[in-house]
Amino acid sequence: MANKVAIELKNVTKAFGGKFANHNVNMTVNRGEILSILGENGSGKTTLMNMIAGIYFPDSGQIFIDGQEVVIRSPKDAFDHKIGMIHQHFKLVDVFSATENIILGLRDEKKYNLKEAAEKVLAISHQYGFDIDPNKKIHEMSVSEKQTVEIIKVLYRGADILILDEPTAVLTPQETQKLFAVLRRMRESGKSIIIITHKLHEVMALSDRVAVLRKGESVGTVITAETNESELTELMVGQKVSLNIERSEPQNPEDRLVVTGLNCTDRDGVKLLNNVSFTARSGEILGIAGIAGSGQRELLEAIAGLQHVDQGEMIYNNPKTGAQDNLRDKTPLQIRELGVRLSFVPEDRLGMGLVGNMDIVDNMMLRSYRRGKSIFLERKAPKDLALRIIEDLQVVTPSEATPVRRLSGGNIQKVLVGREIAAAPTVLMAAYPVRGLDIGASYTIYNLLNEQKKKGVAVIFVGEDLDVLLELCDRIMVIGSGSVTGIVDGRTATKEQIGLLMTKTSKEEADHQ
Amino acid sequence: MLAFLVSAIRLGMTFLFGSTGETITEKSGHLNLGIPGVMCVGASCGCFAEYLYLSAARKSVVPFLAVLIPILATVLGGAVMGLIYCFLTVTLRANQNVTGLALTTFGVGVSDFMIAKTGAIYSRGTRYFTASLPFADDLGWFGELFLSHGILIYLAIVIALVSSFVLTKTRIGLNLRAVGENPATADAAGINVARYRYVSTCIGCGIAGLGGLSFIMDYLHGNWEYCIDAIGWLAIALVIFTVWKPNLGIVGSLVFGALYIASSFITGVSFASKELFKMLPYVVTIVVLIFTSIRDKKENQPPAHLGLNYFREER
Repeated sequence: MANKVAIELKNVTKAFGGKFANHNVNMTVNRGEILSILGENGSGKTTLMNMIAGIYFPDSGQIFIDGQEVVIRSPKDAFDHKIGMIHQHFKLVDVFSATENIILGLRDEKKYNLKEAAEKVLAISHQYGFDIDPNKKIHEMSVSEKQTVEIIKVLYRGADILILDEPTAVLTPQETQKLFAVLRRMRESGKSIIIITHKLHEVMALSDRVAVLRKGESVGTVITAETNESELTELMVGQKVSLNIERSEPQNPEDRLVVTGLNCTDRDGVKLLNNVSFTARSGEILGIAGIAGSGQRELLEAIAGLQHVDQGEMIYNNPKTGAQDNLRDKTPLQIRELGVRLSFVPEDRLGMGLVGNMDIVDNMMLRSYRRGKSIFLERKAPKDLALRIIEDLQVVTPSEATPVRRLSGGNIQKVLVGREIAAAPTVLMAAYPVRGLDIGASYTIYNLLNEQKKKGVAVIFVGEDLDVLLELCDRIMVIGSGSVTGIVDGRTATKEQIGLLMTKTSKEEADHQ
Repeated sequence: MLAFLVSAIRLGMTFLFGSTGETITEKSGHLNLGIPGVMCVGASCGCFAEYLYLSAARKSVVPFLAVLIPILATVLGGAVMGLIYCFLTVTLRANQNVTGLALTTFGVGVSDFMIAKTGAIYSRGTRYFTASLPFADDLGWFGELFLSHGILIYLAIVIALVSSFVLTKTRIGLNLRAVGENPATADAAGINVARYRYVSTCIGCGIAGLGGLSFIMDYLHGNWEYCIDAIGWLAIALVIFTVWKPNLGIVGSLVFGALYIASSFITGVSFASKELFKMLPYVVTIVVLIFTSIRDKKENQPPAHLGLNYFREER
């Protein structure tokens, strides 16, 4: 069984809008083995797997299954080749039972019989040691149970090559152990398993081999037993690139925002932030690094008053009055009035700060309409502000009356950041402000943040490019799975150091290694 | 009392057609507010077909055909309305609410036009629809209550039961419900979302159209009245009342029928308060809505993607 190649990728390339997501990637997976795919955010792991699963079609390159070249154009083709993928976001119907979800869309000749299907589901779960009630409704299930349903769904269709996209991201350590036991049992029965993960200790514990991707290219496949965590980190992050972003020494830093023991959970009871403590100082840029979705967004939202906080303090030292305010007791509006500004740039840029169909002036007004005195809108001040931002930040737009959704990404970002800066904040939070921007626009944003820093603003910068974080930030806080795994000095830290911290789940776990 | 119950059944089954049709439609995620229009168009198509057939056949009318032809015409008329709705919402991705309301306005207008234009009398055809089993009269109150009705009344019940079975007990029903709950999931599972939406909406509209025919031919004995759209709105309310279950719809429609006509059977009710009584079905619908919202049981909620169009690229 072992060492027989199940699936082989040769020079697979995929580009989105002229940018390579995968470039000449080569990879093999054997029967009866677990292969980990490791890489930073945006290194093309999920894109690569989506091509095997039929979601994307490669621009060039070949895929071989059992030595035969195959063409996979749709998820159905993938199933025909016995490939099944468990996505990060579950595709399940909430009000259906586990069995109903598992047989959904199946077109076998057999009669529709839920009872028989449920028995088959049970048989599969016994075989691999799952624990599942086939008649339980999805909306009554925990995240781990839902994942189990997804895995059984794939097995039920007879898959023997399984792809799991960050399966442990949503699981507790105990659930992770259970999942690993199941995956090992599958390996023993000859199935090939590809698992995408960011967590190095999981890679070490579970997989037989590790394929490392960096910026869309495969940098090598190593045998797990012959490597160690620091070697993998080095492969993953690569050599440091010099960017020449200016960084001045912080001037008279004072503690502006002191966060202690912050805890947040989501509606399903999953922990989003776990005991997060840090201090943001004036005249300093605090970088936040971490795998995407480790709690960065929630942290910023909690500070801005948009996320419910279960536990913890957020003490704001008001520079004007000298008073200490706990942001936890304040409404988002009060927090904003204190000078804590969030220029949040979520996945979809227009989602949270700007209204796409409104023009630049109206978007300025979103922040100032309360200041109006008459019952009619006062457009003069916002219009001046809009014109000033267009002038100062060189926003490329036909006029200030253009709907912002018509602007390019970089210009939208400039409008958003410009508006928040115009309010003369004392704390400025920016999440992924350069995502999707070209080099020139990125530097404009870096300069804006640096200017604010010089003015004595406490800047919190969530970024994904480690090179940028290392050159821009005075201190870098690393978050992993909602916990702070370390705070390092931006001037002396190395990429490897941060990369290693990013892949730990928590301090305690890091100590165990 | 007996007359009241019989009336309630006959009006209730009219609602039942509409609500069964709308339930099937809504299970696919289509909130079709065009049902009143669909019922109008269905009814006018059926009536017009009946008129044409009776004129053509003159003396040699085959009762079976006199029933079948209008039914087919009605289903066809309703299905065409469904097709228009689907073309606008699925293919052209128009807003469902706006499309539905437009269809209602359109349907009411078109049917009024058809009826006014032809100026035909439909009471001739009505006896074929109200013909009951010959021995019904001999069985006293039992016969009157259960066996004295025309063919459409029984058809409504059969369709409701069959729909309920298909929705809950077959693969097609499972797939259809998945489309309405989570089209992205259904799509990933290899279900053709657009096809399911088209087919279920057309079938649903065809069935709903029969409600209009039943109202005119059975309940009103062939007198065309311009209030089918009121029946249509009640049918939509009935869908909510029955928490999207066609088999519950049989009971629900009886309740609605009874409430709607209650005022006519209570003596000493003024004309103005009669109109108040007619609001009762809506009141109980609101009560049911409040009740199901408080209990918050996921199974009793509308399909999760109701009213939302689906296109794969927009994730």
